[in-house]
Amino acid sequence: MHRILARALSLVAAACLPVACGSGPATAPDPEPIADQAITLVTHDSFRVSQGILEAFTAETGVTVTVENAGDTGQMVATSILTADNPIGDVMYGVDNTFLQRALDAELFEAYESPALANVPMSLQLDPGHRVTPIDFGDVCANYWIDRFGDDLPVPVTLADLVDPVYRGLLVVENPETSSPGLAFLLATIAEFGDGWEEFWKSLRINDVVVTASWDDAYYGEFVSGGGDRPIVISYASSPPAEVIYADPPVDTAPTGVITDTCFRQVEFAGILAGTTHRSAAEALVDFLLSDTFQEDIPLNMFVFPASTTAALPRAFVDHVVLPEDPYTLPPAEIGANRNAWTERWTQIVLR
Amino acid sequence: MTARHLGRVAAVALPAVFLGVFFLYPVAAIVGRGLTGEGLDRLTGLPGSASFRSVAWFTLWQALVSTVLTVVVALPGAHLLARHRFRGRAALRALTTVPFVLPTVVVGSAFVALFDRFGLDDGAFRMRHTVWAILASHVFFNVAVVLRTVGAFWEGLDPAVEEQARVLGAGPWRTFLSVTLPRLWPAVAAAASIVFLFCTTSFGVILILGGPTRATLETEIWRHAVWRGDLASATALAVVQFVAVVAMVVVANRLQRRRSVDERSTFRLPPHPTRRLLGANLALLATVLLLPVAVLVERSLSVGDGYSLRHYGALANRVNLLPVSALVALRNSLLFALVATALALVVGGLASLVVVHGRGWVSRILDLGFMLPLGVSAVTLGFGMLIALDDPPLDLRSSRWLVPVAHALVGIPFVMRTLVPTLRSIDDRLREAAAVLGASPTRVLREIDLPIAGRAVAVGAAFAFAISLGEFGATSFLPRQPDRLTAPLALFRLLGTPGELLRGQAMALAVVLMVLTAACVLVIESRGRFGSGVVRGDL
Repeated sequence: MHRILARALSLVAAACLPVACGSGPATAPDPEPIADQAITLVTHDSFRVSQGILEAFTAETGVTVTVENAGDTGQMVATSILTADNPIGDVMYGVDNTFLQRALDAELFEAYESPALANVPMSLQLDPGHRVTPIDFGDVCANYWIDRFGDDLPVPVTLADLVDPVYRGLLVVENPETSSPGLAFLLATIAEFGDGWEEFWKSLRINDVVVTASWDDAYYGEFVSGGGDRPIVISYASSPPAEVIYADPPVDTAPTGVITDTCFRQVEFAGILAGTTHRSAAEALVDFLLSDTFQEDIPLNMFVFPASTTAALPRAFVDHVVLPEDPYTLPPAEIGANRNAWTERWTQIVLR
Repeated sequence: MTARHLGRVAAVALPAVFLGVFFLYPVAAIVGRGLTGEGLDRLTGLPGSASFRSVAWFTLWQALVSTVLTVVVALPGAHLLARHRFRGRAALRALTTVPFVLPTVVVGSAFVALFDRFGLDDGAFRMRHTVWAILASHVFFNVAVVLRTVGAFWEGLDPAVEEQARVLGAGPWRTFLSVTLPRLWPAVAAAASIVFLFCTTSFGVILILGGPTRATLETEIWRHAVWRGDLASATALAVVQFVAVVAMVVVANRLQRRRSVDERSTFRLPPHPTRRLLGANLALLATVLLLPVAVLVERSLSVGDGYSLRHYGALANRVNLLPVSALVALRNSLLFALVATALALVVGGLASLVVVHGRGWVSRILDLGFMLPLGVSAVTLGFGMLIALDDPPLDLRSSRWLVPVAHALVGIPFVMRTLVPTLRSIDDRLREAAAVLGASPTRVLREIDLPIAGRAVAVGAAFAFAISLGEFGATSFLPRQPDRLTAPLALFRLLGTPGELLRGQAMALAVVLMVLTAACVLVIESRGRFGSGVVRGDL
């Protein structure tokens, strides 16, 4: 908590020193040498990176990186807001567009415009002030159990299809008050129906939607994959490939599919935490997160797409992962301003 | 004389400083932060809020009913363990601690599978997402607390008193109600208060098994703090929770002090139970404890169409979802648990001595204070530690010590609730006699208190160990480096992605965690019995 005071003192000292010592005229400051610095990357529990990747960064710059996992995204943001005056790290990676505004409102980040942004599509650069830098993106979509659908029961195509009585009792969703995919799906319906979203959810309730508190309760408790009886679940566009990669015994094709017109895009960002004493090293790390070395390592570790267009996608990923053409999005500021009101209203409509 | 005095001061100071620095200061820091600004308004606005009243009421009654059910289910088993000897008694005792290390998600799905199998979960009676699921799993998780703490105490009661009652014509029920139960009361009250606090702050059980419409103070604090980013409301609720918990602990301590038993058991070999008694008891315990466990074992072995040990073999390989292999996570958990148990024994042991031998407010505050971590939400404690322990010399935020310290805070109440009633039941005349014969206080402690309380120490240590192995809540609120992943967190991560392979590994990891716990508890208890065999021949 005294770090601000310490920094103020060191600034004063730095300002006085050249004069006091009479060491000659002040020269333009060189870029701060970053070799041998140690910085901390705060991230969520889903963060995974292959062996040797962060070491490559150290070999390149001399900066060592310690990773601190701080829970899920919501918890990571809450933790960082609480510790804003004495941050637990120098760079945060993993805040997404649903939590972005909260982090920006708390002034967690220092602006930094990475040169590597040249390779990142503008559609992902959601903060014009560059307080955060997009690193990866993925989609939350309705998944379905293929065997349960066929000629007599076609796979639903759009969000609106889900309230069709033929799909009565087939859908399980997560509570947007307690689950990240649950919130993303609510946002998809708001992006699609505008003010009509409340009517949609009233109809969904009539169509016997089941709500669970968490993703695992939905996927393993109610969805067919875990032994439940519901063949449609809100999950990720990357869930079918995971069903293949982590199948036991091995399978060639996933038992599940993605309904691509129901997807909400989640973009994850990195930002330099305000108050860092290693600004230059932190900038180097953000640049590195957008480098091909890191970007190409993302897909098979975290099952999301790299933000940089220069990164090559692994074959195994391209073969299995669906990339929806036109997913739903909402501006982070709109999400930030309304999410609590939306989820409260949602609770009234669906649970009460 | 000075050395003795110094020892006394240290015995008081160490637990007091531990409690102050690692619990009271962090909680005060986060409450202070939350109540500045809007927090105070939120707090004063709570009584008028209908949703708050319903949440508070539900928190209270589900905890109360869960506690009563747990005591009712556990008492027969405690009797069996305390009054009878039979083959496998030690193993049964160790097995009962297993639920502590099982994550809610896993237990929840085991329960659901059970209800499926017995046809309880279809249209007519749906267990999932009902209050029944909450109550059943609370009994499952907590039955060991009553079974073990009451059992250990019961062993020390003289059976001759009951026999006299029977000789005088009292029936078995009458004997139990008017002779046994009153004497057991301190231990029952101690165990019940722990169970009650546990049920007050249980998290996953409410959220996952109770379904999306049930909320307790604990889940609401989490939802406001983490999900809505509303620290003010979260803190207001945390204050209510804290005050309520303090009030409940004060009442529980009163109940427990009301009667302190002053007797020593005459040594005798406990009888073998009748076949019917053993059978009935084991059937009850098996239904509550073993069936869900059996489901997990079955799942961990099942692959495709048949059964194999494949998932177990896979635990040594790291899946790329996890930063380390499940085996490394298990090793981390074991190390944390060892440190946490040692901390809990030293701090909890000293605190117990102060509570039993000391007088005045210091002993009372320690007695009460160390119960509080059980009743304070993981969010409050975790976030409190983050903002309070962030400056040198106490910058512990990324220290490897923080996790064992947080685990020890939960383990200490168990050490104390098993130790204090037992130490109180030791006849003071025994100590006085030793002192008259020239024994120093340390020697009295070593030769009188420790041997008699050995069983209780071992039970407390076993609990502290099992709780640390399975702890999820507080651990998940502390930032940690990836290679310090614990087994419960690894399990949670494995269940966070689709795929049979991950699910199989998660189940195998859960089973290994159970077996490891049971084995460690057996070792701790056989080592920890000190001289209790000499005193009452624990055979």
